[in-house]
Amino acid sequence: MTEYLFSVHHDYSKPLFDSDADVQKMFRDTAAFNERAQEAGIYVFAGGLEEPSTATTVHVREGETLTTDGPFAEARERIGGFWVLNLPDLDTALEWAAQASAACQGPVEVRPFQGE
Amino acid sequence: MAVDAAPDAPGGAHAHVARVFREESGKAVATLVRMLGDIDAAQEAVQDAFVRALEAWPRDGVPPNPAAWIITTARNRAIDVVRREATRESRYRGRAVIEGDDGTQADPASAVAEAIDQPVADDQLRLIFTCCHPALGMEARVALTLRLIAGLETRDIARAFLVPETTMAQRLTRAKRKIAAANIPYRVPSREELPARLDSALAVLYLVFNEGYAGTTDATRPDLAREAIRLTRTVHALLPEPETAGLLALMLLTEARRPARFDADGAVVLLADQDRTLWDGALIAEGQALMLDCVRRGRPGPYQVQAAIAAVHGDAARFEDTDWPQILALYDQLFALTPTAVVELNRAVALAEVRGPEAALALVDGLPLERYHLWHATRATLLDRLGRTADARAAFATAAELTENPAEREFLKGRAGH
Repeated sequence: MTEYLFSVHHDYSKPLFDSDADVQKMFRDTAAFNERAQEAGIYVFAGGLEEPSTATTVHVREGETLTTDGPFAEARERIGGFWVLNLPDLDTALEWAAQASAACQGPVEVRPFQGE
Repeated sequence: MAVDAAPDAPGGAHAHVARVFREESGKAVATLVRMLGDIDAAQEAVQDAFVRALEAWPRDGVPPNPAAWIITTARNRAIDVVRREATRESRYRGRAVIEGDDGTQADPASAVAEAIDQPVADDQLRLIFTCCHPALGMEARVALTLRLIAGLETRDIARAFLVPETTMAQRLTRAKRKIAAANIPYRVPSREELPARLDSALAVLYLVFNEGYAGTTDATRPDLAREAIRLTRTVHALLPEPETAGLLALMLLTEARRPARFDADGAVVLLADQDRTLWDGALIAEGQALMLDCVRRGRPGPYQVQAAIAAVHGDAARFEDTDWPQILALYDQLFALTPTAVVELNRAVALAEVRGPEAALALVDGLPLERYHLWHATRATLLDRLGRTADARAAFATAAELTENPAEREFLKGRAGH
């Protein structure tokens, strides 16, 4: 079994959803996906994130702490939410990722955690 | 080859090891990956077995079944590794065989010993689909297949891709690292997954066959061509999709000409000059039967069209009997499916036969293929037919410089008047 990070990448330079109904559908589909993952016994952790503008970046260099308002480095694409799922192999992970992408309406990056 | 005539002499045994490595290392690695669950460990075990062969065979003579000797030696080496790593609790402890489905641990050494008795027919297919996994970049897929399944050296693959050897070594390392870290499974895809996974596997097999048809550094590599055909047969038996049949037919119809492609001195003989009675009639018949079946199924694709072109050549008892209008029509169809400059170049050869060398040269001159030796060779042939001898010789000379295939280079140098 391998633990994978499923991260959802959104383009925050434009509105994420066309309508409130779309947002509601995304929440419903994502909740249903979470339920399926829990029933399958693969669910470890998941969460949606606030806007990137709410982020603070901390970087300690040569003993000095630099604190910056906002995300690290400029980019249009930002992580909007993520799952940590425990799955037998990459093929299974890619199947679940397709369902996750459909539910949250965004591209999902699948990345393995380092082994212990 | 002269060295093979005396396999018991030290030099002969060396050459024997090299030949067995080319022919058998892919199969041995595939089986060892299943036993060890780790590509690097499998490669290491197989390489170690060949190093031992280099010591043992000149001393004791070449064993009656060299391939079995290699796999057994690699297996013994793998048992040592698994035993040592298991006590160290390393992540390379052969998870594929020593952990049962219920997570229980068998005795590692006996598990590896048992694993070799399992049917190995699917091992290469497993390794192909792992190497051709869509989660890997296309360049990585081809490189892995040529390295692991075809047993090519990293430097030869680097040369084929026109990149430095260190770049290719990094590409291979990164790809293997991803297979291990992302846990890309070592298995044949399910029936539902298979069609989507097939395209990239066929593309890789096609490239292996091409390396076997005309090697990067060898005149020809019959072993690779044979391997590509064997692997394509296996894939075709598992999933008889029209494009799989098309690729197999293309390989068979091309391979059929092998006996006529070189003369007694190993020099290249062009299609126009080949003794067609030397062509392998059985392979042609098999390829044409596959093509008939493809036509009946009515789902054409690029491999089927290329096979159809080869089949038209196979139908002509003499070069003069070739149905060039039919071949040109097929190239039109191929270009509609895959509009690439290389297809245009091949189409130009047919165009020269139907509409004359002038029209063909105009087409060839517009193609951005200055780094491709066959672009220069095709131009040279057309220039020659137009009576522009000096230009033709210069183009043949450039073509000769751009290929490292010794037989092609000799042929092109001869045409250049060197």
